[in-house]
Amino acid sequence: MTDLLRIEDLAVEYKTRRGTARGVDNVSLNLEENKTLGLAGESGCGKSTLGRSIMRLVPYPGKIVNGKIDLLLHEDIVFPKGVIEKGFVNIMDLNEEELRALRGKEIAYIFQDPMTSLNPMITVETHFQEIMKAHDPDIKKEEALDRAQEILDGLGISPERITDYPHQFSGGMRQRVMIGLGLALRPKLLIADEPTTSLDVIVEAQILEEMAELKELFNLTMILITHNLGVLAQTADDIAIMYSGRIMELSPTEALFEDPLHPYTQALLESVPDVSKPDKKLSWIPGAPPDLVDPIPGCMYNPRCKHTMDICKTTQPGLIMNDEERLVACHLFGGEK
Amino acid sequence: MTIPMIMLLLTFVFVIVRILPGDPALLHFERNVSPETLAEFREALGLDVPLLNQYFNYLGGIPFGDFGLSMQDFTPVSEHIQIRFPATLELTIYSMLYAVLLGLALGVKSAKNYDSVQDHGIRMFSIVTYAIPVFFLGMILQSIFSIYLGWLPTGTRFDPHYSTPATITGMYTIDSILTGNLTALIVSARYLILPTITLGTILCGIFIRLTRTNMLETLRQDFVVAAEARGLSANKIEYTYALRNAFLPILTMIGLQFAALLAGAVLTETTFSWPGLGTYLVQRIAHRDYTALQGVVVFFGILVAMVTLILDILYAYLDPRIRL
Repeated sequence: MTDLLRIEDLAVEYKTRRGTARGVDNVSLNLEENKTLGLAGESGCGKSTLGRSIMRLVPYPGKIVNGKIDLLLHEDIVFPKGVIEKGFVNIMDLNEEELRALRGKEIAYIFQDPMTSLNPMITVETHFQEIMKAHDPDIKKEEALDRAQEILDGLGISPERITDYPHQFSGGMRQRVMIGLGLALRPKLLIADEPTTSLDVIVEAQILEEMAELKELFNLTMILITHNLGVLAQTADDIAIMYSGRIMELSPTEALFEDPLHPYTQALLESVPDVSKPDKKLSWIPGAPPDLVDPIPGCMYNPRCKHTMDICKTTQPGLIMNDEERLVACHLFGGEK
Repeated sequence: MTIPMIMLLLTFVFVIVRILPGDPALLHFERNVSPETLAEFREALGLDVPLLNQYFNYLGGIPFGDFGLSMQDFTPVSEHIQIRFPATLELTIYSMLYAVLLGLALGVKSAKNYDSVQDHGIRMFSIVTYAIPVFFLGMILQSIFSIYLGWLPTGTRFDPHYSTPATITGMYTIDSILTGNLTALIVSARYLILPTITLGTILCGIFIRLTRTNMLETLRQDFVVAAEARGLSANKIEYTYALRNAFLPILTMIGLQFAALLAGAVLTETTFSWPGLGTYLVQRIAHRDYTALQGVVVFFGILVAMVTLILDILYAYLDPRIRL
């Protein structure tokens, strides 16, 4: 299998009044084609920032300060002002025009809240017309409309409703529209940032199922960002657990749930209820998430960890591979850096 | 809602003008007059009957557009309003246009360059213009552009050496265009420039600030980021996404500022001797011309109510989420 995406030493900083916070701290990861990678962790751990960095859409005042983001293009991307040649392209080297050509065409991003992700002033049709026109200025209006209606139909939305405004749709339908917009140009990579968090569980299940079907249909590679480990258990091939802007563990989904390596992953799983084990006693992680503006020396997780050793307070553990080819950043598994 | 509001305003004005010291009868005559003459005068004006009767007599005429007779020259107040209102309307329309367009342009520029030197400069400008008194700015502009440089005329609204365009709307620029009279258009436009800039600049500060805040807020909204993530052009995002959404609160502000605009028009008109309703109002205050004051204030009230209504309709037209 080939990699579609290779991220190397990515670092994102947020300049705030109090100081500089490292939202993403030297993250490296590779993503194989047609796989789904789950990014999980508590609020503020940098999972969304990582997702947005891939499109170079880090929210203000965040800034990518270091790193490489290589994306594999199977075909040349032709846009009005130039061409991006096929092969690996470093997204960090692209200019605004090239980025715009890539966004929506090769990479699609689905946001958390479908209620606020569509422009309330324009119809769903206009949304589709805009994205198609932006990437193919010569497209005919009728052709765009046909394609949009086909996409909506595939997502279970009646094609006549294309002339409706976003407020005339329910949350689940709006998220379907967002997915439809995301997939309108057949991108290779889909980044879904908590796509079902604001939906009720039944709609959540439907949307996840549809996304899994679409992934097969369009040969998508997916990054699914969520704090809901249950969602990942069903959908992800691999899961990366993030904490304070770093990847703590990256394992195949099954292995991660059966035998979590990192103490943080273990603690997270202990805090999730399990329907098959009604007697399971839930626990919690003591302490509070770390202050990213004023980072502590050593492992960022050490004040909350059950296994803290002396070295944890002085040296930051690097991400190392164990014998099962799983990645973990913890001194319990060696890997002094 | 509008009718009780107007009624309340009417009553309020009726009472206030009578509480003010000063007597229209005494002020009408320049020298000492005999009590008999005064009494006659009062009778002629209907000021001899009890207040409550005066009130109902006055109120009865309003629905028929009868604002009573002026207490100075005994001509109907409605005629004065009819003659002078176009001048005020012309000034307010151009000032509002100037204020809104300048406000939108600078506000968008400021938001787009958030936290830059430009942004700070524009914000400074908006505070200064918001705080500066109308007459002060008016006088400064007058002395620079009319007196020192002599570029623009000041005082009144038309050059007596030329003939005014045929009256259709009473607004000289509009009438000139309708009758194809280019000379009259240029003359009237030159007279309009300074008062318009004065009044518009005072008003634009609030539009700059409002546009900036709303644009900043909308630019951070999910749907704007989502549009960026779909690769839409910056122009498209700024205009169909950010500005269209940010414009709705600005529209509300236009309605609210219309009242401020009329108040500002009174001062601007006085500064520039603009023969509109504002100068008329000021003149008649000096004479305690009760009926004229009531008439103009109530007319302004009706105008503000109408503008609000029009904006509400426009709001529904612009925002698909609102249907009448």
